[in-house]
Amino acid sequence: MAKVLMKGNEAIGAAAIKAGCKYFFGYPITPQNELPEYMSREMPKAGGVFLQAESEVAAINMVYGAAGAGARVMTSSSSPGIALKQEGITYIAGAELPCVIVNIVRGGPGLGGIQPAQSDYNQVTRGGGNGDYKLLVYAPANLQEMVDLMQEAFDAADFYRNPVMMVGDGMIGQMMEPIEFKDSVSRFELPEKDWATTGTKGQRKPNIINSLALDPAELEKHNHKLQKKYDAMKENEVRYETYNMENAEVVIVAYGTTSRIVRNAINDLKAQNINVGLIRPITLWPFPEKAFDEVPAACKSLLSVEMSMGQMVDDIKIASNGRWPVSFYGRAGGMIPTPEAVMEKVKELIGGAK
Amino acid sequence: MTLDLKKDKRIRIIIGHYGSGKTEFAVNYALALKKEMPKVALCDLDIVNPYFRSREKASLLETDGITVISGAFGHQTNLDLPMLSPSILAPLQDDESQVILDVGGDAVGARVLARYTAYFKPGEYDMFCVINAYREQTQDLMGVISHIKNIEDTVGVKVTGLINNTHLLRETSAEDVMKGQALAVEVSKKLNIPIRYVSTLEKVTHQLPSDIEGDVFAIKMIMREDWM
Repeated sequence: MAKVLMKGNEAIGAAAIKAGCKYFFGYPITPQNELPEYMSREMPKAGGVFLQAESEVAAINMVYGAAGAGARVMTSSSSPGIALKQEGITYIAGAELPCVIVNIVRGGPGLGGIQPAQSDYNQVTRGGGNGDYKLLVYAPANLQEMVDLMQEAFDAADFYRNPVMMVGDGMIGQMMEPIEFKDSVSRFELPEKDWATTGTKGQRKPNIINSLALDPAELEKHNHKLQKKYDAMKENEVRYETYNMENAEVVIVAYGTTSRIVRNAINDLKAQNINVGLIRPITLWPFPEKAFDEVPAACKSLLSVEMSMGQMVDDIKIASNGRWPVSFYGRAGGMIPTPEAVMEKVKELIGGAK
Repeated sequence: MTLDLKKDKRIRIIIGHYGSGKTEFAVNYALALKKEMPKVALCDLDIVNPYFRSREKASLLETDGITVISGAFGHQTNLDLPMLSPSILAPLQDDESQVILDVGGDAVGARVLARYTAYFKPGEYDMFCVINAYREQTQDLMGVISHIKNIEDTVGVKVTGLINNTHLLRETSAEDVMKGQALAVEVSKKLNIPIRYVSTLEKVTHQLPSDIEGDVFAIKMIMREDWM
């Protein structure tokens, strides 16, 4: 298919519909408004339902209901809106239901601002809701990758019966890029949704969708079952990209828009004879721990570059397990790091320019 | 290539589908116009979307001597509010001022113009519709016409010129521009609106046929950071 120029938020909508999403429930918030706007226009054409709920809490609970009935369903919001959805998200995870949640991140905390940020790293990788649950979290760096991952996100949600989150900073939602919609074959073998509440027709026992379990022994058993699922995700769903790792003096870890800025800095540094590598997590959870085995032993430092205040540093420390020092450079509140500032930081780490 | 932007009317309104490249064109146009005329004002009327607006490049434009008018509380205020500065009236009322109105996308973005229609007298304004044939909703004749009609109905004045700004960002080729040109010619014939400019990256301008309809306008990507 030919390329079209699309805005990130529209592209998410188009890719979701293409991936078979039939229900969208949401509530407006900048910088993701073009997504519900697109869905309101295009979902009816695809034979689906768009509904603007009265709040984020209502929207996520509509997702809970539709997912329980076995539908492919999605919601979207931005940081403080996602915070409001957390109760519903943990219920959906507890009830083992598939859905896709899009989070176009803006600066925080609180209402924060409306410019791009990555300060939801903890919110998306550490739950936010209560209990021992995990989300599979994708963080694409460009619109083509995001579109390509959308099918995967819905399929993985169905396969694991777990909510999947697609994270983009405000820039990913707002920027325009040429996109090609490719036909993809699912790598998952998806079983029938025989657990869905589609009506017994008097032929079987009712299916029950629930996240309440008053018997502690039962609830513990349920937790072990969930944990097994998360272990399988850690085993099979990790995605990352590495770049220029050979003989790297410093290896930068960065995802999403920030990784593009870093890549520019790496190329400019190369021209100055400074070799810097990049680990780009595509899944934020599970975090790509294996990628750190590619870091050269002589590397002077790992460097987390974020549009947040060092939220990813802990994961880098866990994954690198004390093998290299870990440094941080970031901007916050909607400010975007420049390639020049990243280069400065690298030079500081290696003890000056060459 | 010599442009003669003085040919355009004193008040230039730039409208189009969002993503068509309106703002990129408006900013480049303002910089080129300043080379020809002493008093140029760029009014950023985009109150629909708080990203990629011309006010982000206010300091660059102001360094060049261009007056930039945006929200009532200055360029940096990212309030998600439909807020306009009263100063927009100043250049509109000053016959010495050359005015560029950079409008938000689609009919929704253009609604704000209705408040200023008293200044858009026939023959005293130009309203340029920026077309990108790679944008989802303006890929064919009907798509572009419906965009133009919706915007005209919302604003209450007519489009006076088309700008073929068909692009795929840095990937744009002469072939892409010509694909958009074919569409622009179709629209031009159907609606009897001239193609005023063909705007594209400097390197692509050299590959366009010399008899192309409309003045070729070389633009630089000012709104899009180098790393993007």
